[in-house]
Amino acid sequence: MITLHWVYAVAGAMFAAFALLGAGDRTNPRRWTTSAFWALLALSMWGGDRLGDLGNGVLLLGLVALAGLGGMGRGQSALPDALRRDRADRMGNRLFVIALIIPATALIGTFVFKQAPDWVDGKQATLIALALGVLIASVVGCLWLRASPLEPLQQGRRLMDSVGWAAILPQMLASLGAVFALAGVGDVVGQIVSMAIPQGSLLGAVIAYGLGMALFTMVMGNAFAAFPVMTAAIGLPLLIRTYDGDPAVVCAIGMLAGFCGTLMTPMAANFNLVPAALLDLRDKHGVIKRQVGTAVPLLVVNILLIYWLAFP
Amino acid sequence: MWVLLGIAIIVAGFLLRFHPLLVILASAIVTGIAAGLDLLTILAAFGKAFNEARYVSIIWIVLPVVGLLEAYGLQERARGLIAKMRGATVGQFLTGYMLLRQGLAAVGLTSVAGHAQTVRPLVAPIAEAAAEAQAGTLDDDRREEVKAWAAATDNIGLFFGEDIFLAIGSILLIKGLLEQYGISLEPLHLSVWAIPTAIAAFLIHGFRLWRLDRRLRRSAPEDPA
Repeated sequence: MITLHWVYAVAGAMFAAFALLGAGDRTNPRRWTTSAFWALLALSMWGGDRLGDLGNGVLLLGLVALAGLGGMGRGQSALPDALRRDRADRMGNRLFVIALIIPATALIGTFVFKQAPDWVDGKQATLIALALGVLIASVVGCLWLRASPLEPLQQGRRLMDSVGWAAILPQMLASLGAVFALAGVGDVVGQIVSMAIPQGSLLGAVIAYGLGMALFTMVMGNAFAAFPVMTAAIGLPLLIRTYDGDPAVVCAIGMLAGFCGTLMTPMAANFNLVPAALLDLRDKHGVIKRQVGTAVPLLVVNILLIYWLAFP
Repeated sequence: MWVLLGIAIIVAGFLLRFHPLLVILASAIVTGIAAGLDLLTILAAFGKAFNEARYVSIIWIVLPVVGLLEAYGLQERARGLIAKMRGATVGQFLTGYMLLRQGLAAVGLTSVAGHAQTVRPLVAPIAEAAAEAQAGTLDDDRREEVKAWAAATDNIGLFFGEDIFLAIGSILLIKGLLEQYGISLEPLHLSVWAIPTAIAAFLIHGFRLWRLDRRLRRSAPEDPA
């Protein structure tokens, strides 16, 4: 049966290739430590189940040490603009067709794989189908664009190096949630919050969750970091467990409420301050000012959507 | 009560711009100690959770395909599409761009457009030119405002399009976190709930862009009839 482990094997192979190719990139001043980071991720994907809990903990320390001590760098491997323009003219819209293979396969696979429970682990159908889509798109892409089989890996590594250590940020935050759960953080915050929110007021709890996501995101500049905290505090103990809300709706729209916060904070520099600099705006908060008028009503909509959709 | 120190560390650490990975590690250690666990137990628990949450990092397997397509001119093709929308009013143009940005992000193509890739070279100049044609002349404040609208529209299109794609970081983070609390969900079940907000974002921001058009028209000098 095809399970998630097949997908981990594919991901591990990719990270291993990034590590090997990266080690040979002389334009990257930190190529050895950058390569070691991807090698550790490859090890995690391939052998994580055999390392034991403590072994995984040590692996995690290695990743954090490599990234936290400034070991991640990137090379200069961008292609000349003229070459890309020329290729774009020749390839035309087949580029979009190849790109659509991935979401199309993921979507179709999610439904088809559920019909074949003997072959594919139905609970992980989407991720397995996604990996299949990536493999198909890679093969089709290389053949159709007449690229060498090494080209996707080299270009993928270029993008991966530009993402850098942020690649494991979501996985780290999800893991932090487990430590929070073990320590009972959610229960404690839940008790405090339930004192602040009028007893039995579902709307009050939903507002606290949506508003909390937006405000926490504004403070930290990152909805990903706000999410484990607010979900442990309000989303899970109150909305999902006490009021029996649909966890998919609560969390998916709760995250989007956080995104409304991202639109309103200078802490999210990438999105709000960098473009102001790129566009030579005199007012470096000019972009945020244009966004507030959309973010505030959209936050209200998100809170109402959770209230209406999660509690039928 | 002391277990809340971990949350305080997350907030303070992100606020003070320490390295996020170090902040998360520190928060985990402090939370564990406050709950009376010893260091090795905390490390093992964190390691176990990290191993179980590996699928959160699976999204990166799309990078080789995206990289290949970018090397063969995907961004240039996207720019071609945007340039075709020239000739509309600034509100219509930015609304069209928002739709394109949401659509591309919804199929996982988040890095095809962006502030450096499309806004600076293309969206902002076209928006400026359109606004100039509508209002006659643009003073510096107006010019700034229109450029800021271009960047804001890009952000809004991206944020409220990307979660429709079922393998984006935030969707897998939600899946990963809920799994730690014993709730198992398919990414598809999460991503469909991004659609209502995506529509609302399009309507709200589109309405504001429509009002921008009206304001520009009103500030235009009267035609000498």
